[in-house]
Amino acid sequence: MTDIPRQAPGQKKLGLVIDLDTCVGCHACAVNCKEWNTSGHYAPLTDFDAYQERPQGVWLNRVHSYEAGTGPDSRTVHFPRSCLHCEEPACVTVCPTGASYKRAEDGIVLVNTEICIGCKLCSWACPYGAREFDEDEGVMKKCTLCIDRIYNENIPEAERVPACVSTCPAHARHFGDLGDPDSAVSRLVAERGGYDLMPEMGYKPVNKYLPPRRRKSQAAAPGPAPEPSGAGGSVLRWIDRVLSR
Amino acid sequence: MNPAFSVIMLTTSSGAGYGMLFWLGVMGAAGAMPAARWFGVVAVLIALALATAGLLASTLHLGHPERAWRAVSQWRTSWLSREGVVSLATYLPALAFAAAWGLGGPRGVATVVPGLLAALCTMLTVACQAMIYASLKPIRQWHNRFVLPNFLLLALFSGAACLAATTTFWEARSGRIVAGVGVVFCIGAAVAKIAYWRAIDRAPPVATMESATGLGTLGPVRELEAPHTEENYLLREMGYAIARKHGERLRGIALAVGFALPAILLILGLALGNPAALVLFPLAAIAALLGVYVERWLFFAQATHTITLYYGRAA
Repeated sequence: MTDIPRQAPGQKKLGLVIDLDTCVGCHACAVNCKEWNTSGHYAPLTDFDAYQERPQGVWLNRVHSYEAGTGPDSRTVHFPRSCLHCEEPACVTVCPTGASYKRAEDGIVLVNTEICIGCKLCSWACPYGAREFDEDEGVMKKCTLCIDRIYNENIPEAERVPACVSTCPAHARHFGDLGDPDSAVSRLVAERGGYDLMPEMGYKPVNKYLPPRRRKSQAAAPGPAPEPSGAGGSVLRWIDRVLSR
Repeated sequence: MNPAFSVIMLTTSSGAGYGMLFWLGVMGAAGAMPAARWFGVVAVLIALALATAGLLASTLHLGHPERAWRAVSQWRTSWLSREGVVSLATYLPALAFAAAWGLGGPRGVATVVPGLLAALCTMLTVACQAMIYASLKPIRQWHNRFVLPNFLLLALFSGAACLAATTTFWEARSGRIVAGVGVVFCIGAAVAKIAYWRAIDRAPPVATMESATGLGTLGPVRELEAPHTEENYLLREMGYAIARKHGERLRGIALAVGFALPAILLILGLALGNPAALVLFPLAAIAALLGVYVERWLFFAQATHTITLYYGRAA
């Protein structure tokens, strides 16, 4: 049924914590997501004109890049966007067939593609654009939190994390139980001030984002110091800058 | 939002059909309809044909139309499912209504009761259709209190225009009564539509790029680079946008064709009576359907979704 399972306090809520301070915008998480899932639970993630002029396709994870702030203090922030496995997922309750559901045992939001009629209403109901319609298969697809990895006893235990987490070279993605206040991810969220996207929508996302760390204002700082003669090359100047922070 | 033909046909055609069936049930009970036995059968079947055409058109929107029967299962949470349940349930009293009218005329209890029951079902169906849209929080042009009265009034207006066109061929007096009701609901629907347009033009955005990314603490946010170079499903479906100047022009067309023209044609038909009304009332019905179609197209094309915030556009 498309009813949301009742949540007991401390109930398991699997999700991702994404560190916007360390994400370098390499898109490796999106590529590995595509690679794993095109042969995984929702295989295939159809592509159209993959080798033509206008390639398009179904992706479950997309990396945006933004500039936040103005002037010298503005920051470039890379921003991976995928399903947030909300606690109040309207994408589930609007589904007329029961194909869209939230699992009681771990909170993962999934689509049963065997009974999905492809009405697309769930994608309209999601404020975050987490769901993408596979026009070739006629059904909706979304992030599964790699249920075919995280519970997969055929792969080494260390690899039982979502594909996006396992591949991130900057360790900007963390996976764990956000329902347990003592889990590593919950502590990380508490330490770094992790936040919800669009809280005003009331969907209560499980995934959290860690804000870019505060930096000393560049606007107030004096301009670059005049180079002392014979101060060495750029590497030495960089070391000098780091040490004098 | 992408104004898909199938979805616009669903609410336009079925709205007119359900509106027509509503007036048949109510006016039949009030004794304002022609007593002819064939009239009831033909008029109910025309109304059901319009409704069915809309429902069938909507299955073109589905990725798996053969699974459409599954859509009646989740009525506890889903307005789309509720619409499916009530729209199917409407056929029972509607067909009983037509049969009883054909056998015993419009006056007996056996006709009046299923007629009023069918009328109730039609409005519940249209209300469910409206709520499919009005329940979607990410789309501010849909998630507001103007949507439900708009859907109901437009269905009642277009349904009255269709019924006037049908009735006047049987009996001039009944045709005039329905046309009069049509004029009143034409004005009501136009007022509701204008109020809706004013409201969505003035309403503030439901979210911003700053809240969507959570980066507002650093200052204003602007898009530096999109995740992909080409379009994707999200931008085609939710990012559909028309230029504002076209929106204004199309609103003018919807008002002129969908409301002013039918009102003038209905009033002219009322003044001239038959045989002029035999031409004017059907023309009014066609104009009303075309106008509601344009209006419903705008309802989609001018709706913005919060996903576009992530692509640097307003919502």
